Amino acid sequence: MPESTAPPATARHLGVVACHDCGLVCEDWLDASPHAGCPRCGAPLHRRRPDSIARAWALLLAAVVFYIPANVLPVMYTRMLGEGSESTIMSGVLQFWQSGSYGIALVIFIASVAVPCTKFLVLGLLLVTAQRRSTWAMRERARLYRLVEMIGYWSMLDVLVVAIVAALVKFHALSDIEPRIGILFFGIVVILTMLSSMSFDPRLIWDGENPHE
Amino acid sequence: MKIFPGLTVCEHCDAVYERRPLAAGEVARCRRCGAVLYRASGLDVERWLALTVAAAIVFLIANVYPIIRISLQGLHNEATLWQSVAALVHGAAAPIAVPTALSIILIPFLQIALLLWVLLYARQGRRAPGFAQAMRMLVALRPWSMIEVCMLGILVAVIKLSSYMQVAPGPGIWATAALMVLLTLIANRDIHWLWDLTAPRQADA
Repeated sequence: MPESTAPPATARHLGVVACHDCGLVCEDWLDASPHAGCPRCGAPLHRRRPDSIARAWALLLAAVVFYIPANVLPVMYTRMLGEGSESTIMSGVLQFWQSGSYGIALVIFIASVAVPCTKFLVLGLLLVTAQRRSTWAMRERARLYRLVEMIGYWSMLDVLVVAIVAALVKFHALSDIEPRIGILFFGIVVILTMLSSMSFDPRLIWDGENPHE
Repeated sequence: MKIFPGLTVCEHCDAVYERRPLAAGEVARCRRCGAVLYRASGLDVERWLALTVAAAIVFLIANVYPIIRISLQGLHNEATLWQSVAALVHGAAAPIAVPTALSIILIPFLQIALLLWVLLYARQGRRAPGFAQAMRMLVALRPWSMIEVCMLGILVAVIKLSSYMQVAPGPGIWATAALMVLLTLIANRDIHWLWDLTAPRQADA
Protein backbone atom coordinates (compact mmCIF):
# COMPACT_ATOMS: atom_id res chain seq x y z
CA MET A 1 0.00 0.00 0.00
CA PRO A 2 2.39 2.67 -1.20
CA GLU A 3 0.53 6.00 -1.25
CA SER A 4 0.53 7.72 2.14
CA THR A 5 3.37 7.54 4.64
CA ALA A 6 1.53 8.27 7.89
CA PRO A 7 1.32 5.25 10.22
CA PRO A 8 -1.94 3.37 9.64
CA ALA A 9 -4.70 3.53 12.22
CA THR A 10 -5.27 0.38 14.25
CA ALA A 11 -8.53 -1.50 14.50
CA ARG A 12 -8.56 -0.92 18.26
CA HIS A 13 -8.43 2.87 17.75
CA LEU A 14 -11.14 2.89 15.13
CA GLY A 15 -13.42 0.73 17.26
CA VAL A 16 -13.58 -2.14 14.79
CA VAL A 17 -12.57 -5.76 15.09
CA ALA A 18 -11.66 -8.27 12.37
CA CYS A 19 -12.85 -11.87 12.43
CA HIS A 20 -9.92 -14.28 12.87
CA ASP A 21 -11.52 -16.87 10.64
CA CYS A 22 -13.06 -15.06 7.68
CA GLY A 23 -11.41 -11.62 7.91
CA LEU A 24 -14.65 -9.60 7.97
CA VAL A 25 -14.23 -6.23 9.69
CA CYS A 26 -17.10 -5.40 12.05
CA GLU A 27 -17.98 -2.77 14.62
CA ASP A 28 -16.43 -3.57 18.00
CA TRP A 29 -19.24 -4.36 20.46
CA LEU A 30 -17.15 -6.59 22.63
CA ASP A 31 -17.47 -4.34 25.69
CA ALA A 32 -21.25 -4.69 25.60
CA SER A 33 -21.37 -8.34 24.51
CA PRO A 34 -18.05 -10.11 25.15
CA HIS A 35 -19.20 -13.32 23.46
CA ALA A 36 -20.24 -11.75 20.18
CA GLY A 37 -19.76 -13.89 17.09
CA CYS A 38 -18.81 -12.88 13.58
CA PRO A 39 -22.01 -11.90 11.71
CA ARG A 40 -20.72 -13.64 8.58
CA CYS A 41 -19.11 -16.93 9.69
CA GLY A 42 -20.12 -17.24 13.36
CA ALA A 43 -16.59 -17.52 14.80
CA PRO A 44 -16.16 -15.86 18.20
CA LEU A 45 -14.78 -12.33 17.85
CA HIS A 46 -11.96 -11.00 19.99
CA ARG A 47 -9.54 -8.08 19.78
CA ARG A 48 -6.56 -10.22 20.77
CA ARG A 49 -6.30 -13.98 21.04
CA PRO A 50 -7.65 -14.88 24.51
CA ASP A 51 -5.04 -15.34 27.28
CA SER A 52 -2.42 -15.22 24.58
CA ILE A 53 0.66 -14.75 26.75
CA ALA A 54 -0.30 -17.21 29.50
CA ARG A 55 -1.24 -19.95 27.02
CA ALA A 56 1.82 -19.44 24.84
CA TRP A 57 4.12 -19.57 27.90
CA ALA A 58 2.47 -22.71 29.27
CA LEU A 59 2.72 -24.55 25.96
CA LEU A 60 6.27 -23.37 25.37
CA LEU A 61 7.49 -24.47 28.81
CA ALA A 62 5.79 -27.85 28.41
CA ALA A 63 7.55 -28.24 25.05
CA VAL A 64 10.95 -27.43 26.59
CA VAL A 65 10.35 -30.03 29.32
CA PHE A 66 9.39 -32.72 26.80
CA TYR A 67 12.40 -31.84 24.66
CA ILE A 68 14.67 -33.46 27.29
CA PRO A 69 13.28 -37.03 27.06
CA ALA A 70 12.94 -36.54 23.30
CA ASN A 71 16.71 -36.17 23.06
CA VAL A 72 17.82 -38.53 25.82
CA LEU A 73 15.59 -41.51 25.06
CA PRO A 74 16.08 -43.62 21.92
CA VAL A 75 13.81 -42.82 18.97
CA MET A 76 14.51 -45.94 16.96
CA TYR A 77 15.73 -49.52 17.30
CA THR A 78 17.68 -50.85 14.34
CA ARG A 79 18.82 -54.39 13.68
CA MET A 80 20.77 -54.80 10.49
CA LEU A 81 21.98 -58.31 9.68
CA GLY A 82 21.90 -59.56 13.25
CA GLU A 83 23.31 -56.69 15.31
CA GLY A 84 20.74 -54.55 17.13
CA SER A 85 21.17 -51.01 18.45
CA GLU A 86 19.05 -48.10 19.66
CA SER A 87 19.65 -44.60 18.41
CA THR A 88 18.70 -41.15 19.67
CA ILE A 89 18.09 -38.12 17.47
CA MET A 90 21.65 -36.81 17.87
CA SER A 91 23.26 -40.23 17.39
CA GLY A 92 21.28 -40.62 14.16
CA VAL A 93 22.64 -37.29 12.90
CA LEU A 94 26.20 -38.26 13.90
CA GLN A 95 25.88 -41.62 12.15
CA PHE A 96 25.04 -39.92 8.86
CA TRP A 97 27.84 -37.40 9.37
CA GLN A 98 30.45 -40.07 10.06
CA SER A 99 29.38 -42.16 7.09
CA GLY A 100 29.97 -39.14 4.86
CA SER A 101 26.32 -38.21 4.13
CA TYR A 102 26.83 -34.60 5.18
CA GLY A 103 23.81 -33.22 3.33
CA ILE A 104 21.33 -35.59 4.91
CA ALA A 105 22.95 -35.16 8.35
CA LEU A 106 22.47 -31.42 7.96
CA VAL A 107 18.80 -31.75 6.89
CA ILE A 108 17.97 -33.90 9.92
CA PHE A 109 19.99 -31.67 12.23
CA ILE A 110 18.14 -28.58 11.01
CA ALA A 111 14.70 -30.17 11.27
CA SER A 112 15.20 -31.94 14.61
CA VAL A 113 17.59 -29.71 16.55
CA ALA A 114 17.99 -26.27 14.98
CA VAL A 115 14.29 -25.62 14.25
CA PRO A 116 12.91 -26.63 17.69
CA CYS A 117 15.70 -24.74 19.52
CA THR A 118 15.16 -21.65 17.36
CA LYS A 119 11.46 -21.82 18.16
CA PHE A 120 12.11 -22.02 21.89
CA LEU A 121 14.41 -18.99 21.79
CA VAL A 122 12.27 -16.88 19.45
CA LEU A 123 8.99 -17.57 21.24
CA GLY A 124 10.67 -16.88 24.59
CA LEU A 125 12.03 -13.59 23.26
CA LEU A 126 8.68 -12.57 21.75
CA LEU A 127 6.84 -13.40 24.96
CA VAL A 128 9.26 -11.52 27.25
CA THR A 129 9.30 -8.42 25.03
CA ALA A 130 5.51 -8.48 24.61
CA GLN A 131 5.03 -8.72 28.37
CA ARG A 132 7.27 -5.68 28.90
CA ARG A 133 5.39 -3.85 26.13
CA SER A 134 8.75 -3.20 24.55
CA THR A 135 8.92 -0.99 21.45
CA TRP A 136 12.33 -2.39 20.48
CA ALA A 137 12.72 -3.74 16.90
CA MET A 138 8.99 -4.33 16.36
CA ARG A 139 9.22 -4.91 12.62
CA GLU A 140 12.03 -7.42 13.10
CA ARG A 141 10.14 -9.20 15.87
CA ALA A 142 7.08 -9.38 13.63
CA ARG A 143 9.27 -10.95 10.96
CA LEU A 144 10.69 -13.45 13.47
CA TYR A 145 7.16 -14.50 14.38
CA ARG A 146 6.28 -15.14 10.74
CA LEU A 147 9.49 -17.15 10.36
CA VAL A 148 8.58 -19.35 13.34
CA GLU A 149 5.09 -19.92 11.93
CA MET A 150 6.60 -20.98 8.62
CA ILE A 151 9.35 -23.36 9.80
CA GLY A 152 7.56 -24.92 12.77
CA TYR A 153 6.01 -28.01 11.23
CA TRP A 154 9.16 -29.18 9.40
CA SER A 155 10.30 -30.69 12.69
CA MET A 156 7.80 -33.51 12.14
CA LEU A 157 10.36 -34.84 9.65
CA ASP A 158 12.02 -37.23 12.09
CA VAL A 159 8.70 -38.76 13.12
CA LEU A 160 7.81 -39.43 9.49
CA VAL A 161 11.23 -40.88 8.66
CA VAL A 162 10.96 -43.32 11.58
CA ALA A 163 7.43 -44.29 10.45
CA ILE A 164 8.52 -44.98 6.88
CA VAL A 165 11.68 -46.96 7.63
CA ALA A 166 9.90 -48.94 10.37
CA ALA A 167 7.15 -49.86 7.88
CA LEU A 168 9.70 -51.00 5.28
CA VAL A 169 12.34 -52.88 7.21
CA LYS A 170 10.50 -55.88 8.59
CA PHE A 171 12.61 -58.97 7.81
CA HIS A 172 12.18 -60.50 11.24
CA ALA A 173 15.22 -62.73 11.63
CA LEU A 174 17.51 -60.66 9.46
CA SER A 175 16.77 -56.97 9.84
CA ASP A 176 14.21 -54.97 11.70
CA ILE A 177 13.51 -51.34 12.55
CA GLU A 178 11.09 -50.32 15.30
CA PRO A 179 10.02 -46.97 16.75
CA ARG A 180 10.98 -46.23 20.35
CA ILE A 181 9.41 -43.99 22.99
CA GLY A 182 11.67 -40.96 22.27
CA ILE A 183 9.85 -40.32 19.00
CA LEU A 184 6.58 -39.87 20.91
CA PHE A 185 8.15 -37.18 23.10
CA PHE A 186 9.65 -35.55 20.05
CA GLY A 187 6.27 -35.45 18.30
CA ILE A 188 4.72 -33.92 21.41
CA VAL A 189 7.42 -31.20 21.38
CA VAL A 190 6.58 -30.31 17.78
CA ILE A 191 2.84 -30.16 18.45
CA LEU A 192 3.28 -28.10 21.64
CA THR A 193 5.56 -25.54 19.97
CA MET A 194 3.10 -25.21 17.07
CA LEU A 195 0.23 -24.65 19.54
CA SER A 196 2.36 -22.16 21.45
CA SER A 197 3.11 -20.05 18.40
CA MET A 198 -0.57 -20.21 17.37
CA SER A 199 -1.62 -18.98 20.82
CA PHE A 200 0.76 -16.04 20.68
CA ASP A 201 -0.95 -12.99 19.19
CA PRO A 202 1.55 -11.08 17.00
CA ARG A 203 -0.44 -7.88 17.53
CA LEU A 204 0.89 -7.84 21.09
CA ILE A 205 4.27 -6.98 19.56
CA TRP A 206 2.81 -3.62 18.50
CA ASP A 207 0.67 -2.87 21.53
CA GLY A 208 3.62 -1.30 23.34
CA GLU A 209 3.26 1.68 21.01
CA ASN A 210 0.07 2.77 22.73
CA PRO A 211 0.84 3.07 26.44
CA HIS A 212 -2.70 3.92 27.61
CA GLU A 213 -4.33 0.65 26.62
CA MET B 1 -23.64 -4.98 14.25
CA LYS B 2 -22.23 -2.79 11.49
CA ILE B 3 -19.86 -4.43 9.06
CA PHE B 4 -17.21 -2.85 6.83
CA PRO B 5 -16.58 -5.08 3.82
CA GLY B 6 -14.42 -2.34 2.26
CA LEU B 7 -11.83 -2.54 5.04
CA THR B 8 -9.18 -5.06 5.90
CA VAL B 9 -7.22 -5.45 9.14
CA CYS B 10 -3.67 -6.80 9.27
CA GLU B 11 -3.79 -10.05 11.25
CA HIS B 12 -0.28 -9.47 12.50
CA CYS B 13 -0.35 -5.90 13.80
CA ASP B 14 -3.98 -4.63 13.80
CA ALA B 15 -3.42 -1.90 11.18
CA VAL B 16 -6.53 -0.98 9.17
CA TYR B 17 -6.54 -0.46 5.40
CA GLU B 18 -9.06 0.11 2.67
CA ARG B 19 -9.37 -2.86 0.38
CA ARG B 20 -8.66 -2.28 -3.26
CA PRO B 21 -8.63 -4.58 -6.24
CA LEU B 22 -5.24 -6.03 -7.18
CA ALA B 23 -3.86 -6.80 -10.62
CA ALA B 24 -2.91 -10.43 -11.30
CA GLY B 25 0.11 -11.53 -9.29
CA GLU B 26 0.01 -8.51 -6.96
CA VAL B 27 0.27 -8.85 -3.20
CA ALA B 28 -1.00 -6.32 -0.67
CA ARG B 29 1.42 -6.00 2.24
CA CYS B 30 1.02 -4.23 5.54
CA ARG B 31 3.04 -1.01 5.66
CA ARG B 32 3.65 -1.28 9.38
CA CYS B 33 4.76 -4.91 9.87
CA GLY B 34 5.33 -6.21 6.35
CA ALA B 35 2.90 -9.16 6.59
CA VAL B 36 0.78 -10.16 3.60
CA LEU B 37 -2.72 -8.66 3.82
CA TYR B 38 -4.24 -10.38 0.82
CA ARG B 39 -3.21 -11.60 -2.61
CA ALA B 40 -4.69 -11.39 -6.05
CA SER B 41 -6.13 -14.81 -6.71
CA GLY B 42 -4.33 -16.27 -9.69
CA LEU B 43 -7.06 -18.88 -10.09
CA ASP B 44 -10.70 -18.57 -10.99
CA VAL B 45 -13.13 -20.98 -9.40
CA GLU B 46 -13.23 -23.30 -12.44
CA ARG B 47 -9.47 -23.84 -12.44
CA TRP B 48 -9.38 -24.11 -8.69
CA LEU B 49 -12.03 -26.81 -8.83
CA ALA B 50 -10.19 -28.63 -11.62
CA LEU B 51 -6.97 -28.68 -9.58
CA THR B 52 -8.93 -29.91 -6.55
CA VAL B 53 -10.33 -32.82 -8.57
CA ALA B 54 -6.79 -33.61 -9.73
CA ALA B 55 -5.61 -33.48 -6.11
CA ALA B 56 -8.37 -35.94 -5.13
CA ILE B 57 -7.18 -38.39 -7.79
CA VAL B 58 -3.49 -38.23 -6.85
CA PHE B 59 -4.46 -38.45 -3.18
CA LEU B 60 -6.12 -41.79 -3.93
CA ILE B 61 -3.07 -43.07 -5.83
CA ALA B 62 -0.68 -41.83 -3.14
CA ASN B 63 -2.62 -43.78 -0.52
CA VAL B 64 -3.22 -47.01 -2.41
CA TYR B 65 0.15 -47.67 -4.03
CA PRO B 66 3.43 -48.31 -2.19
CA ILE B 67 5.75 -45.33 -1.88
CA ILE B 68 8.99 -47.32 -1.57
CA ARG B 69 10.08 -50.92 -2.33
CA ILE B 70 13.17 -52.45 -0.76
CA SER B 71 15.03 -55.70 -1.31
CA LEU B 72 17.69 -57.29 0.88
CA GLN B 73 19.31 -60.63 0.13
CA GLY B 74 16.40 -61.91 -1.90
CA LEU B 75 13.72 -60.62 0.47
CA HIS B 76 11.37 -57.90 -0.70
CA ASN B 77 9.08 -55.49 1.06
CA GLU B 78 7.11 -52.37 0.26
CA ALA B 79 5.16 -49.80 2.24
CA THR B 80 2.28 -47.39 1.63
CA LEU B 81 1.57 -44.21 3.59
CA TRP B 82 -1.02 -46.11 5.64
CA GLN B 83 1.46 -48.84 6.49
CA SER B 84 3.95 -46.20 7.59
CA VAL B 85 1.41 -44.84 10.04
CA ALA B 86 0.54 -48.37 11.17
CA ALA B 87 4.23 -49.11 11.83
CA LEU B 88 4.16 -46.53 14.62
CA VAL B 89 1.30 -48.27 16.44
CA HIS B 90 3.51 -51.04 17.84
CA GLY B 91 5.38 -50.38 21.04
CA ALA B 92 5.44 -47.57 23.56
CA ALA B 93 5.42 -44.74 21.02
CA ALA B 94 1.97 -45.79 19.68
CA PRO B 95 0.09 -42.51 20.43
CA ILE B 96 2.29 -40.66 17.91
CA ALA B 97 0.48 -42.61 15.18
CA VAL B 98 -2.58 -40.39 15.70
CA PRO B 99 -1.01 -37.01 14.81
CA THR B 100 0.95 -38.71 12.03
CA ALA B 101 -2.19 -40.16 10.45
CA LEU B 102 -3.89 -36.79 10.79
CA SER B 103 -1.10 -34.73 9.28
CA ILE B 104 -0.29 -36.85 6.24
CA ILE B 105 -3.60 -38.60 5.47
CA LEU B 106 -6.75 -37.35 7.19
CA ILE B 107 -6.16 -33.61 7.10
CA PRO B 108 -5.10 -33.52 3.43
CA PHE B 109 -8.20 -35.64 2.70
CA LEU B 110 -10.45 -33.24 4.61
CA GLN B 111 -8.91 -30.22 2.87
CA ILE B 112 -9.61 -31.74 -0.54
CA ALA B 113 -13.13 -32.86 0.39
CA LEU B 114 -14.11 -29.51 1.93
CA LEU B 115 -12.72 -27.57 -1.02
CA LEU B 116 -14.58 -29.79 -3.48
CA TRP B 117 -17.81 -29.20 -1.57
CA VAL B 118 -17.36 -25.43 -1.27
CA LEU B 119 -16.12 -24.92 -4.85
CA LEU B 120 -18.82 -27.02 -6.51
CA TYR B 121 -21.39 -24.55 -5.16
CA ALA B 122 -19.19 -21.45 -5.51
CA ARG B 123 -19.00 -22.20 -9.22
CA GLN B 124 -22.65 -21.21 -9.44
CA GLY B 125 -22.09 -18.25 -7.11
CA ARG B 126 -23.83 -20.04 -4.25
CA ARG B 127 -22.83 -20.95 -0.73
CA ALA B 128 -22.79 -24.68 -0.05
CA PRO B 129 -24.76 -25.99 2.94
CA GLY B 130 -22.39 -25.64 5.90
CA PHE B 131 -20.30 -23.10 3.98
CA ALA B 132 -19.26 -21.11 7.09
CA GLN B 133 -18.21 -24.24 9.00
CA ALA B 134 -16.33 -25.58 5.98
CA MET B 135 -14.46 -22.30 5.50
CA ARG B 136 -13.57 -22.09 9.20
CA MET B 137 -12.35 -25.68 9.15
CA LEU B 138 -10.17 -25.01 6.10
CA VAL B 139 -8.51 -22.14 7.96
CA ALA B 140 -8.00 -24.26 11.10
CA LEU B 141 -6.65 -27.33 9.26
CA ARG B 142 -4.06 -25.56 7.13
CA PRO B 143 -1.13 -25.49 9.60
CA TRP B 144 -1.54 -29.22 10.35
CA SER B 145 -1.35 -30.48 6.78
CA MET B 146 2.16 -31.88 6.31
CA ILE B 147 2.40 -33.55 2.91
CA GLU B 148 5.54 -31.56 2.03
CA VAL B 149 7.24 -32.71 5.24
CA CYS B 150 6.14 -36.26 4.40
CA MET B 151 7.74 -35.97 0.96
CA LEU B 152 11.06 -34.88 2.50
CA GLY B 153 10.71 -37.75 4.99
CA ILE B 154 10.33 -40.23 2.13
CA LEU B 155 13.50 -38.89 0.48
CA VAL B 156 15.46 -39.06 3.74
CA ALA B 157 14.22 -42.63 4.29
CA VAL B 158 15.35 -43.60 0.77
CA ILE B 159 18.84 -42.24 1.38
CA LYS B 160 19.00 -43.73 4.87
CA LEU B 161 18.17 -47.24 3.66
CA SER B 162 20.08 -47.17 0.38
CA SER B 163 23.40 -47.78 2.15
CA TYR B 164 22.13 -51.13 3.49
CA MET B 165 19.81 -52.44 0.78
CA GLN B 166 18.34 -51.88 -2.66
CA VAL B 167 15.68 -49.19 -2.65
CA ALA B 168 13.28 -48.51 -5.52
CA PRO B 169 10.55 -45.85 -5.75
CA GLY B 170 6.94 -47.10 -5.93
CA PRO B 171 4.09 -45.37 -7.79
CA GLY B 172 3.01 -43.78 -4.50
CA ILE B 173 6.12 -41.59 -4.33
CA TRP B 174 5.26 -39.81 -7.60
CA ALA B 175 1.67 -39.39 -6.52
CA THR B 176 2.79 -37.96 -3.16
CA ALA B 177 5.06 -35.49 -4.97
CA ALA B 178 2.17 -34.45 -7.24
CA LEU B 179 -0.15 -34.20 -4.24
CA MET B 180 2.36 -31.92 -2.51
CA VAL B 181 2.33 -29.51 -5.46
CA LEU B 182 -1.45 -29.62 -5.97
CA LEU B 183 -2.27 -29.26 -2.29
CA THR B 184 0.01 -26.22 -2.07
CA LEU B 185 -1.82 -24.70 -5.04
CA ILE B 186 -5.35 -25.38 -3.82
CA ALA B 187 -5.09 -25.11 -0.03
CA ASN B 188 -2.25 -22.69 0.74
CA ARG B 189 -4.01 -19.73 -0.78
CA ASP B 190 -6.16 -16.86 0.29
CA ILE B 191 -9.65 -18.31 0.54
CA HIS B 192 -11.39 -15.22 1.96
CA TRP B 193 -12.54 -13.94 -1.41
CA LEU B 194 -14.93 -16.89 -1.71
CA TRP B 195 -17.02 -15.10 0.90
CA ASP B 196 -17.41 -12.08 -1.38
CA LEU B 197 -17.87 -14.17 -4.49
CA THR B 198 -20.75 -16.09 -2.97
CA ALA B 199 -22.24 -13.18 -1.01
CA PRO B 200 -26.02 -12.86 -1.32
CA ARG B 201 -27.16 -9.59 -2.92
CA GLN B 202 -28.12 -7.71 0.26
CA ALA B 203 -25.31 -8.92 2.47
CA ASP B 204 -24.69 -5.50 3.97
CA ALA B 205 -28.03 -5.35 5.74
